[in-house]
Amino acid sequence: MVVEKPTLETVWGWLHAVPDPEIPVISLTDLGIIRDVQWQDDTLEVTVTPTYSGCPATTIINLDIETALRGHGIEKLTLKRQLSPAWTSDWMTDSGRAKLEEYGIAPPQPAGGPQHCPRCKSTDVEKISQFGSTPCKAQWRCTDCLEPFDYFKCI
Amino acid sequence: MSDHLFEYLCRMGDNTLVLGHRVSEWCGHAPVLEEDIALANTALDLIGQTTLWLDLAGEVEGAGRDADKLAFHRDVWDFRNLLLVEQPNGDFGQTMMRQFLFDAWHLLQLKALMGSSNAQVAAIAEKSSKEVTYHLERATDTVVGLGDGTEESHNRMQAALDKLWPYVGEMFTSDDVDAAMVDAGIAPDPASLRPAFDALLDDVFTAATLVKPQDDFGHKGGKSGKRHTEHLGHMLTQMQWLQRAYPDATW
Repeated sequence: MVVEKPTLETVWGWLHAVPDPEIPVISLTDLGIIRDVQWQDDTLEVTVTPTYSGCPATTIINLDIETALRGHGIEKLTLKRQLSPAWTSDWMTDSGRAKLEEYGIAPPQPAGGPQHCPRCKSTDVEKISQFGSTPCKAQWRCTDCLEPFDYFKCI
Repeated sequence: MSDHLFEYLCRMGDNTLVLGHRVSEWCGHAPVLEEDIALANTALDLIGQTTLWLDLAGEVEGAGRDADKLAFHRDVWDFRNLLLVEQPNGDFGQTMMRQFLFDAWHLLQLKALMGSSNAQVAAIAEKSSKEVTYHLERATDTVVGLGDGTEESHNRMQAALDKLWPYVGEMFTSDDVDAAMVDAGIAPDPASLRPAFDALLDDVFTAATLVKPQDDFGHKGGKSGKRHTEHLGHMLTQMQWLQRAYPDATW
């Protein structure tokens, strides 16, 4: 039986459907951590970069990638870790940013703080703490609607 | 050469491992929830960096040891961390002063290592430096906030600085391992980082109304492994107890 190798475009499409385990509204490709997908002969090689070196989601992400691809019939698969260039929040896609905001997490901004409150859109916001519920987030608060919210750190 | 590189990588990994464990001791005990979360996240970054350094150390050594083996199956005399990072947490101020002194050195060190002739070392440094930039920012804010805070917080921060100052000098000392790294273009001469370190400390301590101690006496023996302080052994009994009780137990 000859099974045709799926195109790289198809594989990217599959990966686009794999959610981030900690922020499931965005996918791994939204986050910008899939750096490359290549066929090495009949083995599919997926290159992944970690967001933070200690992020506990990293191993789950690798497991989710493997599970998804095996589910699509990929039998020979290797995952490669790439540290350099280091992941930056600039690699997050525009649709990823929009989905974060809709979910209530302020997306990363080059200015180093949220543009506005993800709920009421007020620009009167203040920092509570430089760290939040995961390594990639900080805690902020809206001084108008008084809601605390997560801000996705810009690194 | 590979022996020296192994030693050097253990120094990097042991610094982040020991400090990461110390900082994690605050989990559930910090003065306020936000600080508790911040400390836990800092510890997590440091432990993540440890995995990168010690895995590479194991690869260079070529004896089949990975980061877990190096972290949990060595005893005090094999650890190569600076004496500064094994010092007990003390109060919150002392923990943050230790963090500031370490972060200030660590970031300069990582920035220099980003230009390393060894591509793997440069990649780990590039990754870590982003996280450590953030640590330094937070530690600086806290040192200034508490130093230039109430009379009580100021006195505690000055006491922390006086207590930890004798452990600063070791970061800038050199030995054969450092010399071999400099020759191979892998790492910077430790002494070359001192001027930028001093300049940062002067700025921050001025803003924090703290006074840098005059005496530059520095304890040594951590990074060479010759003489750790008594605190490291006690810490390892906690950090390694599971692997000591059940060797090679896995999740």
